[in-house]
Amino acid sequence: MSAIASAASDRKQAMSLMALLAAGSLLATLALMLAHRGASGSVVITLALATWAIAWFANVIWSRSEGLPSLLTRLAPAAVPLLFGLTLLFLWEVICVGLKVPTVLLPAPSLILARLFASLPTLGADFVQTFVRAAVPGWLIGSAAGFLVALACDRSDFLRRGLIPIGNFVSALPIIGIAPILVMWFGFDWQSKAAMVVVMTFFPMLVNAVAGLAAAGRLERDLMYSYGASWLQTLLALRLPAAMPFLFNALKINASLALIGAIVAEFFGTPTLGMGFRISTEVGRMSLDMVWATIVIAAIAGSAFFGALVLLEKRVTFWHPSNRG
Amino acid sequence: MSAQTAIDIRNLSLTFQTGDGPVYALADANLTIAKGEFVSFIGPSGCGKTTLLRVIADLEQPTSGSITVNGLAPHEARLKRQYGYVFQAPALYPWRTVEANVMLPLEVFGLPKAERRVRARKHLDMVRLSGFAKKYPWQLSGGMQQRVSIARALSFEPELLLMDEPFGALDEIVRDQLNEQLVKLWNETRKTVVFVTHSIPEAVFLSSRIVVMSPRPGRIIDVIDCDFGAERTLDIRESPEFLKVAHRVREGLRAGHSYDD
Amino acid sequence: MTSVALGSPREASASHRTWDGLRRGRLVPVLTLTAIVLAVWYLACLPMNRDLPQLARVEGFANRYEVAWSLERPVLPAPHQIIGELYASTIGTRLLRETAGGLVLNPRNLLTHAWVTISATLAGFVIGVLLGIALAVAVVHVNALRRSLMPWIVASQSIPILAIAPIIIVALGSIGIVGLLPKAVISAYLSFFPVTIGMVKGLTSPDAMLLDLMRTYNASATQIFAKLRRPAAVPLLFASLKVSISISLVGAIVGELPTGAQAGIGARLLSGSYYGQTVQIWSALVMAALLAALLVALITLAERLTLKAMGTRP
Repeated sequence: MSAIASAASDRKQAMSLMALLAAGSLLATLALMLAHRGASGSVVITLALATWAIAWFANVIWSRSEGLPSLLTRLAPAAVPLLFGLTLLFLWEVICVGLKVPTVLLPAPSLILARLFASLPTLGADFVQTFVRAAVPGWLIGSAAGFLVALACDRSDFLRRGLIPIGNFVSALPIIGIAPILVMWFGFDWQSKAAMVVVMTFFPMLVNAVAGLAAAGRLERDLMYSYGASWLQTLLALRLPAAMPFLFNALKINASLALIGAIVAEFFGTPTLGMGFRISTEVGRMSLDMVWATIVIAAIAGSAFFGALVLLEKRVTFWHPSNRG
Repeated sequence: MSAQTAIDIRNLSLTFQTGDGPVYALADANLTIAKGEFVSFIGPSGCGKTTLLRVIADLEQPTSGSITVNGLAPHEARLKRQYGYVFQAPALYPWRTVEANVMLPLEVFGLPKAERRVRARKHLDMVRLSGFAKKYPWQLSGGMQQRVSIARALSFEPELLLMDEPFGALDEIVRDQLNEQLVKLWNETRKTVVFVTHSIPEAVFLSSRIVVMSPRPGRIIDVIDCDFGAERTLDIRESPEFLKVAHRVREGLRAGHSYDD
Repeated sequence: MTSVALGSPREASASHRTWDGLRRGRLVPVLTLTAIVLAVWYLACLPMNRDLPQLARVEGFANRYEVAWSLERPVLPAPHQIIGELYASTIGTRLLRETAGGLVLNPRNLLTHAWVTISATLAGFVIGVLLGIALAVAVVHVNALRRSLMPWIVASQSIPILAIAPIIIVALGSIGIVGLLPKAVISAYLSFFPVTIGMVKGLTSPDAMLLDLMRTYNASATQIFAKLRRPAAVPLLFASLKVSISISLVGAIVGELPTGAQAGIGARLLSGSYYGQTVQIWSALVMAALLAALLVALITLAERLTLKAMGTRP
């Protein structure tokens, strides 16, 4: 009896969610069409607000997931934020177009996307200059150097006690400020940007790697000691695997820092290439659509880099309690 | 000291320096353990039983006195891989499979791969876990994990097995099972076992000799012989002989004022 | 045997501790490493500056170093030059200047620039933290908001959002908002994310057993918040505040770069880089480092006092 009733309410909840989604997309399409045809602002905004309210209501039902079929419930963790993001994007577009917001203030997403595809060669060359030439090599060198110094700290307690407080202090400083000096030392091209990234990524890796190398438990260490294992054997068989979650944490922090460092260092001078260069010159020319297009590329590059690291981390630290399936 | 002596402890003391002054973990301990014996150290926390085991394993350094393990200083005995150590917790490496965990010491000792595999299989068989070789430790129950760690300690076939409250974290039902299995294992292999526990029934059931210890300072207050035969089962715990030995252990612990303060 | 250690354990351990404190502490290693860095720095001044024309015709090791440590626009200035410039541009320059409109801050004084940057930093920090806390509270209590928003906030950590700084300066400039506010907006949105994430983590940190306990008392959501969630979140909030304040400062400095601001630490860095005034760049950098250290120290102090008042040991 109750099973039948709940099945019926299942269907009812799912139907109302579907109806909301359908009504929302219909209204959204209507609002977009009217906005682009130059309808009056108040009409467009009313439609947009109605769409937003419907989407929000759909999200409330979906995120509660009570009485929804299991397929919809399983989709919820991805669908709810996606719907929210799409709604925001829609509002941005409709408000910019409908209220004729000046491009200098905020260009519409459609405008940014059009600019993005029209300028792919330029943006691609900028991406190579900033990401491939500066950010990634700097990230590799800085992280590797931080790790090697952490190993040295492991051998020398004096070094560790001296460097860790300094490392913690430096991580609170606006290191990015040394960019003009590095540009002066290493020239305008990617070398100075890579150097910036090296400096920025060194300390997070140092501090995390030292913590990671201390992460292996006492019994696990005693075990290796009872085998008469050498420092290297203990490192490879126990301490390095145990440090992996810490090392990946640093690599992920450094991935975001690398892109920021490379872009901001370009504000202090570059050849006529690079994402930071593009942002600062196009801002000067008030062509904000190009600036936003560069930001979109930076966001995609940043999240792809980060996402790749997350996937790799899941493979390497499959044994960690947070990853056990 | 005869060739049949596994461990010889003379006037052994160990003092820890702490911020609140020295702690006398062990004071003037004397004990000789023969090869093939199963000896338990029992006593309340702070009586130095674990410290004494760690001194045998070269995990702690005594302040004074002398100790030999299979005729060697503990440091040499460790480097010659004379003992296998089983900790309170399984201490298995979660990134290694069960089999790879058992092979870990063999890797450290540099045995060839084929040999490592054969030995791992053999000792997993011995603790009746051959079906779980490819699993990861965290996919096993606590009792199974501790059996893996015993297989790991046996894998390089040391003559001496040092066990530090290995079943302390397990529930009583699992603990009983493992006690029975351990007795069988000891009968099959006749290794020397030094076993630390704070459970009276466990000590009486497992041991051929029980060393009763007491804290502040940590010292040996009684050594009790007990042997209930190779074929013993858990049922003997209700027999008058068993209860008599258990009673003597309890009296010894009480005489040491172990739980007074 | 026990008599060996019996002497007078208290005294022995007390002197033991002082010696240990020095040997095991961090002060001696940190000072040693700092001294090594300074020594290497001084030594590096000659090789780094060797291509400058002022050094071309100087002979003799000592003479060359003397020149290398007192160049006007060196590639690498000596530490004492930076300290000298820092002194000259702060204490050595008048902070206030008389103009027709009355007393104003003297733009030749580095403290003026520090104030310009730090006021934007603090304004943005306060706005960002308040917004972050408000959003975290909302997110913890409204399920739909949590599931809609949190994935985006977490994902934003992997995106170089600092790169949006120039856009904000220009966009706000186009509607006539200039000066402190655009920089504060940058600082605000940069400090907003760590606070939200830390605060959500803190507010959801009480485990199921503690929440169940409150439920057995039939406590309301407000009571659970006041008595359980809020106190549990305080330590994590302070950890986020430290991240936020330093990133706020970075935001304010970067906000001064793209449009060539007239005042602020970032403006000093940019003009120094434009005119090759390396000593000016370095002294602006040291000033930025001092500001960052001061701000983090203030947060740490507030943390200690708060945790002490709450009766928790940090």
